[in-house]
Amino acid sequence: MSAEPLNAGPLVEVRDLVVDFPVGDGHVRAVDGVGFTLEAGQALGIVGESGSGKSTVAYGLLGLHRGTGARIGGSVRVAGVDAVTAEGDELRRLRGGLAAMVFQDPLSALDPYYAVGDQIAEVVRVHRDVSRKEARARAVEVLDRVGIADAARRSRSRPHEFSGGMRQRVLIAMALACEPRLLVADEPTTALDVTVQAQILDLLHELRAETGAGLVLVTHDLGVVAGSVDRVLVMKDGRAVEHGPVTEVLGTPREPYTRALLSAVPRVDAPEAPGATAVSAGGDVLLEATDLRREFATRGLARRTAPVTAVDGVSLTVRAGETLGIVGESGSGKTTLGRMLVRLLEPTGGRLHYRGRDIGALGEKELRPLRRELQMVFQDPVSSLNPRRTIGESVADPLRIAGETDERRIRTRVGDLLERVGLDADWYHRYPHEFSGGQRQRVGIARALAPEPRLIVCDEPVSALDVTTQAQVVELLGELQRDLGLALVFIAHDLAVVRQVSDRVAVMRAGRIVEQGDADTVYDSPQHAYTKGLLAAVPVLDPAEATARRHARLASATA
Amino acid sequence: MTRFLLRKAVGMLGVLLVLSLVVYAVFYIAPGDPAQLACGEKCSPAQVAQVRERLGLDAPVYLQYAHFLQGLVAGRDFSAGTGLLHCQAPCLGISYRSGEQVTDMIAARLPVTASLALGAMVVWLILGVGTGLLSALRRGRLSERLLTALTLAGNSVPVFVIGLVLLIVFCAQLQWLPFPTYVPLTEDPQQWFWGLLLPWISLALIESAKYARLTRSSMLETLADDHIRTFRAYGVSERHLVTRHALRGALTPVIALTAMDLGALFGSAVLTESLFGLPGLGKLLVSSVSLIDLPTVVGLTLVTGFFVVLANVIADVLYAVSDRRVVLT
Repeated sequence: MSAEPLNAGPLVEVRDLVVDFPVGDGHVRAVDGVGFTLEAGQALGIVGESGSGKSTVAYGLLGLHRGTGARIGGSVRVAGVDAVTAEGDELRRLRGGLAAMVFQDPLSALDPYYAVGDQIAEVVRVHRDVSRKEARARAVEVLDRVGIADAARRSRSRPHEFSGGMRQRVLIAMALACEPRLLVADEPTTALDVTVQAQILDLLHELRAETGAGLVLVTHDLGVVAGSVDRVLVMKDGRAVEHGPVTEVLGTPREPYTRALLSAVPRVDAPEAPGATAVSAGGDVLLEATDLRREFATRGLARRTAPVTAVDGVSLTVRAGETLGIVGESGSGKTTLGRMLVRLLEPTGGRLHYRGRDIGALGEKELRPLRRELQMVFQDPVSSLNPRRTIGESVADPLRIAGETDERRIRTRVGDLLERVGLDADWYHRYPHEFSGGQRQRVGIARALAPEPRLIVCDEPVSALDVTTQAQVVELLGELQRDLGLALVFIAHDLAVVRQVSDRVAVMRAGRIVEQGDADTVYDSPQHAYTKGLLAAVPVLDPAEATARRHARLASATA
Repeated sequence: MTRFLLRKAVGMLGVLLVLSLVVYAVFYIAPGDPAQLACGEKCSPAQVAQVRERLGLDAPVYLQYAHFLQGLVAGRDFSAGTGLLHCQAPCLGISYRSGEQVTDMIAARLPVTASLALGAMVVWLILGVGTGLLSALRRGRLSERLLTALTLAGNSVPVFVIGLVLLIVFCAQLQWLPFPTYVPLTEDPQQWFWGLLLPWISLALIESAKYARLTRSSMLETLADDHIRTFRAYGVSERHLVTRHALRGALTPVIALTAMDLGALFGSAVLTESLFGLPGLGKLLVSSVSLIDLPTVVGLTLVTGFFVVLANVIADVLYAVSDRRVVLT
């Protein structure tokens, strides 16, 4: 890439960028006058909540809005190329050659039909005049660079044969393939577990130091930018709210919005509102699991393989009025456990006592009367509500199932429930798509509350929500628990959120609980090495602290 | 893979067995005495009884069915007036009507229907998938609208209308094509091709609108996938995006639909066959049903059923070949 004149200008220069998307007859403004510059070798974090326009800005750097019907205003120059007007070969050189994108969701961002090495080689051949064989060699080289063990062999594997973290590495390798001067990473760690997230962020940091490339890191997670960028741009509703060095924006934010955003971030290092939930803890034992197990048989008559053990001997108790947090990384069996606790799944081993009665092996008929006492709130507020029915009908379902037939009483009760979760009682006739993610999750909670349960299992109830919404929903759950004396089982991968809501915490790994106890004890003095590792990987908001932790990780990795 | 094929083969046997049972049952419930029909209206009761015995119709139903299965596996003998008529395995019995062996009757007509169905498939895939791709890639342009209109029109007009119009225009008026006849491929490939061209086109026109729609929607869906965006963001050209990355995913549902249609066509191309005077399976099936010719109907049902199942197994294998994430078990 030495042919590119290293002119005096900055690597990226965005001025008054405006992006309008066509909607029906009109347009909606996604980005409204954003401007920034980025020098070579520097890193900029663009943070904001969903819909703030942060990804739209990132796509604009590669001219990816071209041909989509979007209207672009202002100017975008990347490494001397005008991304708004460049055509043909120049545009293609910009994409991948000068600036490369690391996409979110590494499963869908790769072609499922081809080996990853071939996909990277294809990109190499777009930008370099090399033979097929040389391109393949380059692919293996970059795969090796991003830490794929046995890269030559693994380059022949297809995307589905990699784990989430490894796929993200493959995407980074693809971005590196043509030695671009700028890396644009769009939520590169959002789908990953904390420990893997830390590895990927460390890798990006290392590569930047090594290649001298610039980095634009787009994320909703303020903790992610803290240790990874030099400057931060905070976006809200398409506008740049605050822009400055990372230490200043995160340390001494000037804008109220930035401050609100920061205060909504749950902290893993200090309990939020101590005593608020602890008061109600210590009631009677409601649910007791003893050596609970669940195996899933793998399908197929002839090729019978060993069954997969999702939950491998878990014992826990849930007391009336307390919150038990269950944390663990993906695949640790926490969802399977949660579903067994409300008997959506039948355990294959162990005992499950609810109020002294063994419900582990009860048939559907005997479970029926107990169902209303054990409810569940699901992760995805979009798919857990029927899009063709009004939210009022969805909330009324449990009432009708319980045998309520008086339409007036149902209406009144649903109205009360909607108000209870902070929605308007008059919204009975609205459909799920008319609501935001947070509101939909409130509907899900109202539905769970409808049959007056004693226990609600919340499976990742806030992981699909923005931090400010997340804080509101968490607050609502705490409030409901205090008012109604509910027992909650709160399942999440986010350690900070779990600490915020839980009286007691259980840490899961590979189907087992490795550590459980009082929340403060587990977080402040973890006993198990796995818990310690998890806590060390949680991104912190203090840039200096984040850098110190990175050094500690690297030191322990090389030691 | 071998295990998969074995399991499918066993499944196929089961399906065929059930099929034959159902056809047997239906015929014994249906009105009409096969012996009377086979003998003719002027037969005396004695003659009818004789025919009944000769055809084995005097035995209980379950025995008749057992004999049928036996013939299928090992062959069987029929008394034919003076001597014995040996029917080799796989024996599907003897037509009540013509006295011919059903296996021979089907074997004679199978190449006709196979030629018709396979050729039509090629035409409808070219026409339908082509239209679908074009309309996905050139949305709203004139060429797209014309092709879509053409396939839709083809879909909404019955085959005997399209076929007749094509016959009148291309064979009678313009005399560009010979009137369709069936010449075996092994005899003269050129005549085989020209003789079947019109039937292929008529049949394909009916089918292609369906394929155009399916291809279009599945192509648009695939083009909106994240991995297409990835390669676009790396400067891969649009043409390359379509041919290398989108096409493969977009054609998977087309494979499945083709398999089902092709299999079904073996027994249901009767309108096309009649219109163009092609002696195929569909025509034979319709006439046998109206004549209550049980052995022929059962035989035809089994053969068409066999092709339906076979086409689906082939589709499964193609699925797994095109998408390595699919594991055949």
